[in-house]
Amino acid sequence: MTTRLDTRFAALAREGRAGFVTYVMAGDPDRETARAILKALPGAGADVIEFGMPFTDPMADGPSVQAAGLRSLHGGQTLKKTLEDIADFRTGDRDTPIVLMGYYNPIYIYGVEKFLADAKAAGIDGLIVVDLPPEEDAELCLPALKAGLNFIRLATPTTDEKRLPTVLGNTSGFVYYVSITGITGAATPDFGKTSEAVARIKKHTALPVAVGFGVKNADHARAVARGADAVVVGSALVDAVKGSLDGEGRATGRTVGAVTDLVASLAAGVRGARQAAE
Amino acid sequence: MNAPEKRNSFRSGPDENGKFGIYGGRFVAETLMPNILALERAYNEAKADPAYAAEMAGHLTHYVGRPSPLYFAERLTEHLGGAKIYLKREELNHTGSHKVNNVLGQILLARRMGKKRIIAETGAGQHGVATATLCARFGLECIVYMGAVDVARQAPNVFRMKMLGATVVPVQSGAKTLKDAMNEALRDWVTNVESTFYCIGTVAGPHPYPSMVRDFQSIIGDETREQMQAAEGRLPDSLLACVGGGSNAIGLFHPFLDDPSVEIYGVEAAGHGLDKLHAASISGGRPGVLHGNRTYLLMDEDGQIQEGHSISAGLDYPGIGPEHSWLNDVGRVKYLSATDDEALEAFQLLSKIEGIIPALESAHALAKVAELAPNKPKDHLMVVNLSGRGDKDVPQVAEMLGTSL
Repeated sequence: MTTRLDTRFAALAREGRAGFVTYVMAGDPDRETARAILKALPGAGADVIEFGMPFTDPMADGPSVQAAGLRSLHGGQTLKKTLEDIADFRTGDRDTPIVLMGYYNPIYIYGVEKFLADAKAAGIDGLIVVDLPPEEDAELCLPALKAGLNFIRLATPTTDEKRLPTVLGNTSGFVYYVSITGITGAATPDFGKTSEAVARIKKHTALPVAVGFGVKNADHARAVARGADAVVVGSALVDAVKGSLDGEGRATGRTVGAVTDLVASLAAGVRGARQAAE
Repeated sequence: MNAPEKRNSFRSGPDENGKFGIYGGRFVAETLMPNILALERAYNEAKADPAYAAEMAGHLTHYVGRPSPLYFAERLTEHLGGAKIYLKREELNHTGSHKVNNVLGQILLARRMGKKRIIAETGAGQHGVATATLCARFGLECIVYMGAVDVARQAPNVFRMKMLGATVVPVQSGAKTLKDAMNEALRDWVTNVESTFYCIGTVAGPHPYPSMVRDFQSIIGDETREQMQAAEGRLPDSLLACVGGGSNAIGLFHPFLDDPSVEIYGVEAAGHGLDKLHAASISGGRPGVLHGNRTYLLMDEDGQIQEGHSISAGLDYPGIGPEHSWLNDVGRVKYLSATDDEALEAFQLLSKIEGIIPALESAHALAKVAELAPNKPKDHLMVVNLSGRGDKDVPQVAEMLGTSL
């Protein structure tokens, strides 16, 4: 089975460059603006999109993503709406892979079988569920693979050689390497160590390896892109949304542009990385 | 490992995946998984080491002050006119509640593992105070996460923790109460995973915490069994305890689960009432996944977690330990609930009639004693866990009764 993610990463490999994965939160700062941001991401330079499902208790996220989730929930976002938002995006874009990212409880309450059917129908390609380690694969990972969705696992600096095969076992689409022990948007990683870790993971898998957590600007993106198949940026984009809001926390005419401008600048960093290194 | 003690036992859980039926598990970020597996190994090794048990026993006797008495509440029994009521006096422990039993076990384990930095979450501050106390005793760094709302309403306990040398971090995220304190502690752990031991205060969180904390608290039930044997020459007929996360309750219940003649009642916080704001996860919630385990939770129809409400800051967590969820579903324990008003009434009753000021948490269990005891025969032996003392609640109760101190 070849998925949109497989096709996209194969194309990136042919182009000889790293991919750029953007994370934005569904329903942030409001549903219409989030939809407009989603539509504008591929044109601004996103190769893969992670769409955040808001949750009240995001235990692996830093203040930026936490606040984005609360803005979204206060606006009335639900998992059903998030799936509809992606179906809407798919009417205009058949090629850009979309990965849903979040926590398990809203999916569990929606109902796993129904969620997988609706996600597939909406045009979703993969799932990242932070609180489902390999030990809980029977919950969602195995049913998702059966339904034809990729299940993307996080590998971290604490995942040692012995555990890596467990983590990679049912992973598909790509591997998401978390560059720091910490929460999203926290400290900037040591990019030298990041490249070493990616090389270590690649000894165990043929899957592309994307690197995220702590990548904040074009220089960071360029540094990571030299040693990885893709770079993930999330908190910086979510902060761009926040920085564009008015005094009451509402979207302004600048909101979509604030995100796409940053995406364009980061994408240029990612695309220029390998040439600069040669 | 974890082989059932015997067939059809209620005491053999969890299985090797940390599950009690469908409840429990290890729903955590990958960064924490290696640490949780290491903790499980370290705990299993410690359990098998007589030196660990001996060290714990020594501190329980000389530092905590165990065993706690099983006290015949003569005047309460007369007043209610039915069952013979005994109080398990956990409020007489050092630091004033059952929390210290668990913290001692975890701190001794942290020492064995060579961890020098201890983090904890706290709601009312009782677990935070117990953790700060043991960290002071053993010279360990202690960081306590506490919701900013709770910091404001539990000022005396915040000051106690600081006196004991702990750093109290007010949590500003989410609803700024206990569940957010737990989120923030988990974020700290993800960040400082190599150096840090997370001392969870109740029988919740990822495996092995629910069963490990239960084991440390089971001394309550083990002592009760022996003490009742000495006093009455037989088993009690019923047990009652309040349930937030449920550590004092499981500690009393667990040693009696396979004694079918013993009726067991957990009492959740019904707040303003089960149809209004409350914190009764079993009576008013449904199964979901939060903080590393599947269990009954308070949530909306989209799976977003809701705030619990209770007069007692120690009970207003929107979840409950996974073993309680399982004991409810299999029918071994009956879960009741008591409202804020009922708890407040029981708080005053015990103070006046026995000269013991109970914690508002424990007053929830006492409220149901007042309801059940009059309908039992005079030879019915009823034990209620007096999990904490009420000194910490005096300012709040005074305010609610319209008295300014």
